Amino acid sequence: MEYHFPKLALGAAALALAMSLPTAVNAKDTVKIAFIGPLTGGSSAIGLGGRNSADLALKQRNANPQSKYTYELVALDDECKPNVGVQVATKAAADKSIIAGVTNYCSAVAISAVDVYHRFGLPVIVWGAVLPAITYGQKYKEVHRVNGTMINQNQVAAEFMAKQGYKKWAVIHDTTDYGKGHNQYFSESLKKHGGEILGTFGVMSDQQDFTAELTKIKELNPEVIFFGGLTPLGIRIRSQMDKLGITAQLQGTSGIKSDAYISGLGNELAEGSLAFLEGAPLEKLPHGKEFSDAYQKQGYAQPPDAYGPFAYAAMNLIMDSIEKAGPNRKKVMADLNQTHDADTVIGKVTFDDHGQNIVPLVSTYVAQDGKWVIWEDSEYATGKRKLKR
Amino acid sequence: MSMEVFSQYLVNGLMLGMIYAMVAVGFTLFFGVMDVIQFAHGDVLMLGAFTALVTFLGLDAIGITNPWLQILIMLVVSMLLIAVVGALVAKYLILPLKDAPPLNTLLLTLMLGLVLRELVRLFYPDGSNSKPFPRLLPDHELHLGAFSIRADSAILLVAGLVTIVALHYVITRTKLGLAIRAVAQDGETARVMGINFHWIVLLTFGLGSAMAAIGGIMNGLYYSEINFGVGLLLGIIGFSAAILGGLTNVYGAILGGFLFAALQTVGSVMLPLIGSGVPSSYKDVFAFAVVIMLLAWKPSGLIAERSSERV
Repeated sequence: MEYHFPKLALGAAALALAMSLPTAVNAKDTVKIAFIGPLTGGSSAIGLGGRNSADLALKQRNANPQSKYTYELVALDDECKPNVGVQVATKAAADKSIIAGVTNYCSAVAISAVDVYHRFGLPVIVWGAVLPAITYGQKYKEVHRVNGTMINQNQVAAEFMAKQGYKKWAVIHDTTDYGKGHNQYFSESLKKHGGEILGTFGVMSDQQDFTAELTKIKELNPEVIFFGGLTPLGIRIRSQMDKLGITAQLQGTSGIKSDAYISGLGNELAEGSLAFLEGAPLEKLPHGKEFSDAYQKQGYAQPPDAYGPFAYAAMNLIMDSIEKAGPNRKKVMADLNQTHDADTVIGKVTFDDHGQNIVPLVSTYVAQDGKWVIWEDSEYATGKRKLKR
Repeated sequence: MSMEVFSQYLVNGLMLGMIYAMVAVGFTLFFGVMDVIQFAHGDVLMLGAFTALVTFLGLDAIGITNPWLQILIMLVVSMLLIAVVGALVAKYLILPLKDAPPLNTLLLTLMLGLVLRELVRLFYPDGSNSKPFPRLLPDHELHLGAFSIRADSAILLVAGLVTIVALHYVITRTKLGLAIRAVAQDGETARVMGINFHWIVLLTFGLGSAMAAIGGIMNGLYYSEINFGVGLLLGIIGFSAAILGGLTNVYGAILGGFLFAALQTVGSVMLPLIGSGVPSSYKDVFAFAVVIMLLAWKPSGLIAERSSERV
């Protein structure tokens, strides 16, 4: 048999060469990237929108002849449950063929999963969870986040309000972690802008009567009442403010930016209330139109939803790093940590030393004629209507 | 504290007290005739508020827009319907358990409250969210020297007083009231004297529930908002107020209601003065703690039943 070897080998080699020659240019290694989010359950609309958006980024990259690798999406369902989230995080992180991940919308899941990513050295970019501790709770080099947090939301809120010329606030917040967090970060940010807080009132998250707190606030006479809490309380506070004849401006958080707030109050009372929310409508994003058109063309069954663009941006950042550093977890992580002024669909992205994007996208909304309207599009911005004092 | 702010606190406290009193009176009436605690009473109030809201929407749809007429029809419809609900509760849930351990009635009414709450939440359109209650009362300010009060608050307070006086009249000057008092004092003897025990119980539950309906409408008109959970805390506070008042005396219940509201208002004003770390959200803790102390001091309530009445 040995006798025939050279001839056979030569023939095989020639054959292989002949077959591969025309396609040699396109032969690329396949690189796997995980997507983790809630694909079933109550938050699945956002999860599926995120997955589709990540998939879109990947398909566009694969269609680009200049990309060095062929990318493959591994979509995993965390069901928005911390225990399931840790399981799928472990599954993705233990699979050495997966180089990086676009992970987690639900804060409770993300905060449990970051330890797993860290232990296995899997670089990830969080695409939706807002809890500050996910990036700021530790200093895991593996964990990054493109969307902003409660901290950013309140920085934007404080800056916006200071720009409107307001000086004096009263703060009402519910005493859950959500309300307390908003109170803390808003108060800190406001101090930097020279705003003064005349009084802070912690209230129960199911309280019905606020007349005592509001009477005290009326006496303090602030220009703005900041409310850190959710819609049901927001409705009662706004309504009882009116009852007591308090004319201050109501400034809420993302917690009251819901249709229920307006339907619970009626258009007239809701009018002029302010709220701040992560992200922005697609048409307001720097490259929103291109993203939207490309998304439409793919014909996904679900819309991208509020956080789709964040997943799209995260996926692109990861693929950029893989193109630059090669399919190696450590190198990709190092490259991601250097991200500075990267141009994405949601605008510039810069990670600080905690991996947190410090140019976050937060939109200001104002209730106008029974709808939440982006501030820039509202008649309040043009000066046609005025906020309260 | 300026006079204006003081008057505001006073009005807040009086309004709260009035609503609590409406609930507490029901607890007392029910306990009087049947020796039971109807724990769904707060949720019956919530049902009354929603009935009034639906009535309003109906009136609006057929073009009746005079606010006074609207309030009148809402009151009548809500009071009648809720009185029937109260009587039905008595007939099918309370009376059949007359000879069962009182704990069973307690548990049953607790569960009824949950059922009522969830029914509204699930079956009222978008019932999980707060609903705006129509603003039907004039809202201009009335000034009496340095004292100022909004017209709607003043009207609600007067309406509450009228309701209490009317209830006093029913209980002390009518045959129904006489029968209720007779049954409350001694059901067996009352029956021997020819009083239809069964009917008096149903009527008492109807009367107490109609009071809750008034409370629900007052609550809605005052806060301009109702939600399915509004009865939960009101029920507990109303019950505490009734206990504080002695549980067998309607006036004790009314006094208890106002006392509890006063404690809450004082608590929310005074607590932040203790130190900045004490939020006014502790006002309920403060109010309930004082109630506990008062009960430890007077275990049978502020206006205790004279022992001779219970022989």
